[in-house]
Amino acid sequence: MKITFPHMGTSPIAFRMLIEKLGHQPVMPKRPSERTLSLGSHYAPEFACLPFKILLGTYLEALEEGAEMVITSGGLGPCRAGYYAVLHEKILKDLGYDIDFIVLEPPQKRAVDFLKKLKKITSGNSMSVVWEALSTTWTKIKVLDEIESMTYEIRPFEVNKNETTQAFEECLKIIDAARTKEQILSGRDKCLRLLNSIPADASRNPLKVGIIGEIYVVLEPAANFDIQRVLGEMGVIARRSIYLLNWTKDNTFFKGEEHIKHAARPYLNQMVGGHGTLSVGNTVLYSREGYDGVIQLAPFACIPEIVSKSILNKVAKDLDIPLLTLFLDEQTGKAGINTRLEAFVDLMYSKRRLKQGVVV
Amino acid sequence: MKIGIPRTLTYYAYYPLWESFFKELGCRIVVSDKTSKAILDDGVQYAVNDACIPIKLFHGHVRNLKDKADYILVPRLMNYTEEKTVTYCPKFLGLADMIRASMDDLPPLLDIKIDMRQKRRYHREEFKRIAALLGVSPRKAMLAFLKARLHLSRYNAILSRKLSSDEALRVLLDDSGLPATPSESLSLAVVGYPYLLYDEFISAGLIKKLLKMGVRVLTPEMVPRRELNRAAKELPKDLFWTFSNQVVRSSIRYLQGGGLDGIIHVTAFGCGPDAMVDKLIELEAKQYGVPFICVSLDEHTGEAGILTRLEAFVDMLEFRRDRK
Repeated sequence: MKITFPHMGTSPIAFRMLIEKLGHQPVMPKRPSERTLSLGSHYAPEFACLPFKILLGTYLEALEEGAEMVITSGGLGPCRAGYYAVLHEKILKDLGYDIDFIVLEPPQKRAVDFLKKLKKITSGNSMSVVWEALSTTWTKIKVLDEIESMTYEIRPFEVNKNETTQAFEECLKIIDAARTKEQILSGRDKCLRLLNSIPADASRNPLKVGIIGEIYVVLEPAANFDIQRVLGEMGVIARRSIYLLNWTKDNTFFKGEEHIKHAARPYLNQMVGGHGTLSVGNTVLYSREGYDGVIQLAPFACIPEIVSKSILNKVAKDLDIPLLTLFLDEQTGKAGINTRLEAFVDLMYSKRRLKQGVVV
Repeated sequence: MKIGIPRTLTYYAYYPLWESFFKELGCRIVVSDKTSKAILDDGVQYAVNDACIPIKLFHGHVRNLKDKADYILVPRLMNYTEEKTVTYCPKFLGLADMIRASMDDLPPLLDIKIDMRQKRRYHREEFKRIAALLGVSPRKAMLAFLKARLHLSRYNAILSRKLSSDEALRVLLDDSGLPATPSESLSLAVVGYPYLLYDEFISAGLIKKLLKMGVRVLTPEMVPRRELNRAAKELPKDLFWTFSNQVVRSSIRYLQGGGLDGIIHVTAFGCGPDAMVDKLIELEAKQYGVPFICVSLDEHTGEAGILTRLEAFVDMLEFRRDRK
């Protein structure tokens, strides 16, 4: 069967391997482009959030390539993302497409349902094959996350512009080619060597920024105009609070995150869906750890992030940490974002100088 | 003790609950003024700019109560149904925190958390907290709440089963002078959240305008709960939000019932859940071949604009009916 799935950061590399290992034919989702977004916006409700539109566009592009099935995630709300799949399916059916949706709902609620759905994809494989496929995918995602996060640490120090980005692309190719756990792990070592060999200027003292917000726009560079890379090129270490795996882990198998929620408690003692509460908690934590600023990324009209934005203004004021909120939609342009980032970086620099007692 | 209750959001669906609760406890109730330009302007000023109109209006109504009450009720409604999987829009859930973060000169907020999914022990704790704030015994508060729940469910049952659509609208719009619908009129399902439909300022008097055109107006509140539950089976997965479920299910119920000439979905600019709800109703209506329009309200909505759209829609429906 030809199976496709959402495009989210570097993860398609891992999911493609998973589908191949299970004996299906993956239809690789394209990196979201202007065409993806305009397709999505055309058929999506006007006020649906950006990820809804991008995913719809991604599916439409995959359908053009012959996809017969979509595997995607569900959710328990109250964020809208949990209902995406139902509406995506209805919209695509209304457009006359015949496509199967496999929606993976968090298993702690309906374990039987989860296994049944899993079976639809895994049938014909022995348990050991399925297990091997899943655990190799897990390793691959973990390694991808690790390498990606490293580039954000290295880029601000690079002597020759663009070198980190080139090395990262090389790394993605290496990991993509790895098919077993051993290959992935040795690929990882190779990638780390590659990244560490980039000439660095250790005398720099870059700013540190924490990136918080809604998971899709935080994880997908195509949705956030590659914000972490752009900041890196401006000489800023931009770390984000969410990675695919810690998200998958926390929501699927473990009940972690207590630490972050605890930090949010004085301001927002209530789960508001999505990553709303975590955005507040992480801002508190970033400020405690001495970051120079926080950037909140959210799709336009994102419900949980609107709640956290209205609270974050007070948090930022109380803790005296600069905060920039970027609401992204199909009208957002790269130049506009870059201008705002440049201004924000300037602001953080002058704030740092003020703290050090230098008169600006 | 004076309890201020904002006349917006959950007011339209749950006021009988709070009225009964606080009266039982011997508190006085002050309801904020009806929505006006001044309240809206306050809301726009104090709320975060990305919020939807209903949330901005809530800020405005809270502002309106600032000097009138000892406590302002900002209930944290988590779940008030027998369904385990539903809650309310995340903005409702975080409302008390949003208000606290945006205004610091208010009387204390009474953020009673209502979550029917929780164990009884949880409710005991919560009512102990509230009772201490109000200076009554926890037992009394619990009893008052039980009584209030009964009162609300009786009120809802009367609305949906005992009253005709005309009579129900008189109660919901709090206006006894509404004209009766002529028997030969078009039947329109006007679906949307109660805080939009029954707030005459923000909806630009939409329902009254339709009544004046001689249209029979059917709203979600008129569908009994049993029928809503049956309609729920038409969707593969429930929505997460109580009010949204009511809107979608009542639309399905009206479509199934037949004899419907059209559906008007009333929504607020920037409403998150409605992006989903609107498309769902549109697709359902399409299957039944029933005309559908969406009327989106925002702070710039004008009477004339709404009227023109309603007239055009009703004209089209009459033309369609006569042709049949």
